[in-house]
Amino acid sequence: MPGRRISPRLAAAFATATGGLVFIGALVTALVRLPVNRRQFRLSDVAREAEQAGFRALPLVLLLGALIGLILAFQSAIPMRRFGADIFVANLVSVSLLRELGPLLSAVILAGRTGSAFAAELGTMKVNQELDALAVMGLDPVTLLVLPRMAATLLVTPVLTLMMDAAGLIGMTLVMVGFGYSEPAIQAQVQQAASVSDLIGGLAKAAVFGAVVAAIGCRAGLGTGNGPRAVGLAATAAVVGGIVATILLDGAFAMLFYRLGW
Amino acid sequence: MAIIEASGLAQRFGDRTIFRDVSFRVEEGQVFVLLGGSGCGKSTLMRQLVGLLPPTEGEIAIAGARITGPDAAPALAAARRRFGVMFQSGALFGSLDLAGNVMLPLEMFTDLPRAERAARARAKLAEVGLADAADRLPAEISGGMAKRAAIARALALDPPLLFLDEPSAGLDPITAAELDRLILSLRDRRGTSFVVVTHELASILAIGDACLMLDRNAWPDAGGVIAAGPPRVLKAESRHPVVRAFFDRAPLAAEAA
Repeated sequence: MPGRRISPRLAAAFATATGGLVFIGALVTALVRLPVNRRQFRLSDVAREAEQAGFRALPLVLLLGALIGLILAFQSAIPMRRFGADIFVANLVSVSLLRELGPLLSAVILAGRTGSAFAAELGTMKVNQELDALAVMGLDPVTLLVLPRMAATLLVTPVLTLMMDAAGLIGMTLVMVGFGYSEPAIQAQVQQAASVSDLIGGLAKAAVFGAVVAAIGCRAGLGTGNGPRAVGLAATAAVVGGIVATILLDGAFAMLFYRLGW
Repeated sequence: MAIIEASGLAQRFGDRTIFRDVSFRVEEGQVFVLLGGSGCGKSTLMRQLVGLLPPTEGEIAIAGARITGPDAAPALAAARRRFGVMFQSGALFGSLDLAGNVMLPLEMFTDLPRAERAARARAKLAEVGLADAADRLPAEISGGMAKRAAIARALALDPPLLFLDEPSAGLDPITAAELDRLILSLRDRRGTSFVVVTHELASILAIGDACLMLDRNAWPDAGGVIAAGPPRVLKAESRHPVVRAFFDRAPLAAEAA
């Protein structure tokens, strides 16, 4: 019986899946061997990446956070006002931001800004044979390049999320003040609606999103192919993969938190 | 004594055989040139020698230790302390200045204090004529300087063996000649052995103590070795049509017809 050829798309999907598994294996190996290779994990790299991914992203996060809070407040005020419940806009916006939108939007910003940068940086290093240079020196690219980036995003994403939450609440407050509510009344509504566990749950999600977005960006960079378009394709794959993974993980967290009654 | 012994090397990608039956020895203190036309497998062979590509067949030993085969990972890791590599592009780390590039292997594999590492890095850069460029980034220097900086980085741990991939490619003749002089100077002063991949005729004749010439049509179905020996001897005595065409810079008879 003549053999049937596997379709190129199926073969590409299989290669992507295997490449992902190999990368996860390399990550686990690098983590296990970290005590032996601790010199290759440079704290100065973590600090530099944290500055790039965190501090430099702060203006964008604050701007988007404030705008999201403002827009959510305006949009939700319209139906709520019909029931005379527009004070509850504070409840809706604060819970939405702390539990869901803060971590989600921070991760999306991270995927677009930092995940793509990681892919482009590592992809360019691969094209320039810098990864080969590391390998022939006996250095592990995952320990030297990927782990510091993951650690940096793991640290800064909750901070960015906290900043986005704060900016969103300020945006919402501005709108509510415009509606004639006093700041203490708005603050009381927020404190009544949102709990510390909402905040902590959101920040924990953000940390996971950050590490996953960084890992996907680094994986795309290390897997960069040949040719002039390869780095661009890697950056695109990092953004798309990062956003899709974030939303899938968010769904998983939603189910988990529902089960746990959070 | 041989610093590299390679026997029966072959490389296949899918059903295409790049080369087969490649065997040679590189003696200590020798500049050994891998030469041949484009696409003959020179760079592929070098990737095998530095452990970036496991050969499909054959064995490689560096300083007597076999670095190929399923159980050779520890030997390869140890051998990597005994050689340095300069890639065709230089492959300097763009986020580090030249001193930082040279210091990286010292930071990873020695217990030297930072000041001592910095002093050594500057000394290596001075050795390749880049004493004044230590604080510059790779993006701020010329191609020739990048290659010299890459040699300085490869020398950081004072390895007895250096691999250089196309050191003269893309350089003007004066800069290429300076690099050739640097290679000979390192061989004479430090006894460093070199494996140099190149197809630059002037460099081959200037620096090569021995060479191995590959050709993609060496076998009916694959590339392989067509000549070996000192380059000047091959140039003077070889009757192989490809070797003659290479050294005489003339088209092959079949191509010229």
